[in-house]
Amino acid sequence: MEEKKPSERKRSFKNTSNIEIKRVYTARDVTSDDSAMGLPGEYPFTRGVQPTMYRGRFWTMRQYAGMASAEESNARYRYLLEQGQTGLSVAFDLPTQIGYDSDHSLAQGEVGKVGVAIDSLEDMEVLLGGIPLDKVSTSMTINAPAVVLLAMYIAVAEKQGVPLAKLNGTIQNDILKEYAARGTYIFPPVQSMRLITDIFAFCSEQVPEWNTISISGYHIREAGSSAVQEVAFTLSNGIAYVQAALDAGLRVDEFAPRLSFFFNSHVDFFEEIAKFRAARRLWAKIMTERFGAQNPRSQMLRFHTQTGGSTLTAQQPDNNIIRITLQALAAVLGGTQSLHTNSRDEALALPTEESVRIALRTQQIIAFESGVADVVDPLGGSYYIENLTSSIERAAAEQIARIDAHGGAVKAIERGVMQRDIQDSAYAWQQQVESKERVVVGVNLFQIRESAPRGLERIDASVGERQKARLAALKSRRDNAKVQAALASLTQTAASNDNLMPAVLEAVRTYATLGEICDCLRRVFGEYRPEATLT
Amino acid sequence: MSGRSFIRVLVAKPGLDGHDRGAKIVARALRDAGMEVIYTGLRQTPEQIVEAALQEDVDVVALSCLSGAHNYSFPRVVELLRQQGGADILVLGGGVIPEEDIPALKQSGVKEIFTPGTTIQAIVEFIRAHAIQR
Repeated sequence: MEEKKPSERKRSFKNTSNIEIKRVYTARDVTSDDSAMGLPGEYPFTRGVQPTMYRGRFWTMRQYAGMASAEESNARYRYLLEQGQTGLSVAFDLPTQIGYDSDHSLAQGEVGKVGVAIDSLEDMEVLLGGIPLDKVSTSMTINAPAVVLLAMYIAVAEKQGVPLAKLNGTIQNDILKEYAARGTYIFPPVQSMRLITDIFAFCSEQVPEWNTISISGYHIREAGSSAVQEVAFTLSNGIAYVQAALDAGLRVDEFAPRLSFFFNSHVDFFEEIAKFRAARRLWAKIMTERFGAQNPRSQMLRFHTQTGGSTLTAQQPDNNIIRITLQALAAVLGGTQSLHTNSRDEALALPTEESVRIALRTQQIIAFESGVADVVDPLGGSYYIENLTSSIERAAAEQIARIDAHGGAVKAIERGVMQRDIQDSAYAWQQQVESKERVVVGVNLFQIRESAPRGLERIDASVGERQKARLAALKSRRDNAKVQAALASLTQTAASNDNLMPAVLEAVRTYATLGEICDCLRRVFGEYRPEATLT
Repeated sequence: MSGRSFIRVLVAKPGLDGHDRGAKIVARALRDAGMEVIYTGLRQTPEQIVEAALQEDVDVVALSCLSGAHNYSFPRVVELLRQQGGADILVLGGGVIPEEDIPALKQSGVKEIFTPGTTIQAIVEFIRAHAIQR
């Protein structure tokens, strides 16, 4: 008699990457090649980049924050540091991210909304006031004009008397994912890549502890990609930056130790843990086998994680605390170097101070109470996790080969390859939600009648006018002859092959504004204008 | 009603916001529902959006904004449409928009605001019920 198949909830079980999940995993599902796993702190770093991981010190708890003016953001940073946060993460408003001053016509309605407005060194001095830059590490989410904001940060450090060798932090500086998924580009790809390699070269000599780029899968995932696509496109972008730096004459072990990464932590708990492990192993192999990196630090994929913003629901927002907890736990079990936990109310508005505190406490409870930080890579050796790590690595390697076949990440993005793949995945996800094949608690199942949430954070509508007034006052007070001379010299350097960083630094010191500096570069470099693509 | 048998929709991203996942999903879903859809791409001023809407002779303008600039850009689009002979075009908005902003946006002439969690089906049905085909 044929044995009856026991019934299960679904006909097949799949994760976000469409990898089929078996009922149970056994020793037969794990490769016998122990070297693929290795030990923490050893090549290929599957189990972590350091031998001690969180037994040495916890991940950096780094909440992304910034809103309205420099004064208001400075107050939030000091609050977070008082609450036990261990690093800063600066959110800039959209005009700043796209290189416009607050008085530009395209900045209308956007000043201070999704982050802090920074027009000049004057704003940066206020933003970082009372924060010791030799003790606090700062991450800045800035891409197209990263060279300008880094110069402003350096100029503030000079004023504080902090030697550049002691500056520690990160600029995102990842333009490729801006074209592919996030949207804050300014210049065309070739000129943007030159800005990035100029920063690599300058920092390797002058600011040796600075993470010169944070190669980001986060936004690719937020735009709708699967976990495998997130790994594949991020590492493909990483390959393009390494190649660009080599083409610019840098040596791999000079700049590669300062490359860092940024990933999402999404809803599928085990898939995410395996994703982080797979990304580490794959990058170690790429750096060694493709680029001949010798320094172990060049082979290590160090990364920041943020919990998945697009997984938050506007419905029953307190449920988001639980989602964020699971995602944060996955990031920690996956060996992240730093972590941002989202706040429960972010599908509705910028988070309130109370919501941000709960998000930070979530990390502190995981770190100090749960015990998960007392042992390194506790899931290493699990049949399922090891199998899934290998599956994700293999699938991502196939996608990277596909991008290579298009001529690399820059070409693939110019042809819209990544964008189309991401859109297709986003659309499929939405269809699964609509058909209830994918359950989102409180949205398509277990709904309740709710009244509108109260007490959301609001940005003072006057911030745009205040910022414009400050800018006008600055322009009448500063030495405009010096500003013009610095901008002229910057324009000349932009048209040459010399490193742009010193000229930008000089312009920033004269209180030339972000918009003035970016306009000089726009005139020399031109602007990127994509076709609007729909698949 | 003209001889056209389908509804024409302009999906637009006003302002500097780069979050276009929602706009692209809506655009594609409306197309799958049999409408003709034009997507503007990112970084459009209200002036550019209105120009495109009139030039493309659309019945609906669907605006998406997740950066908090909706209180400026949505009413401005409605105002310009009215000034330039597009008063009968149905204007819709979507994105991260606080509940308390919605009454004023509707008062300004945005017909409906769709917030996170809205189904595609709800948007399709709303457009079918309210669009005036030109």
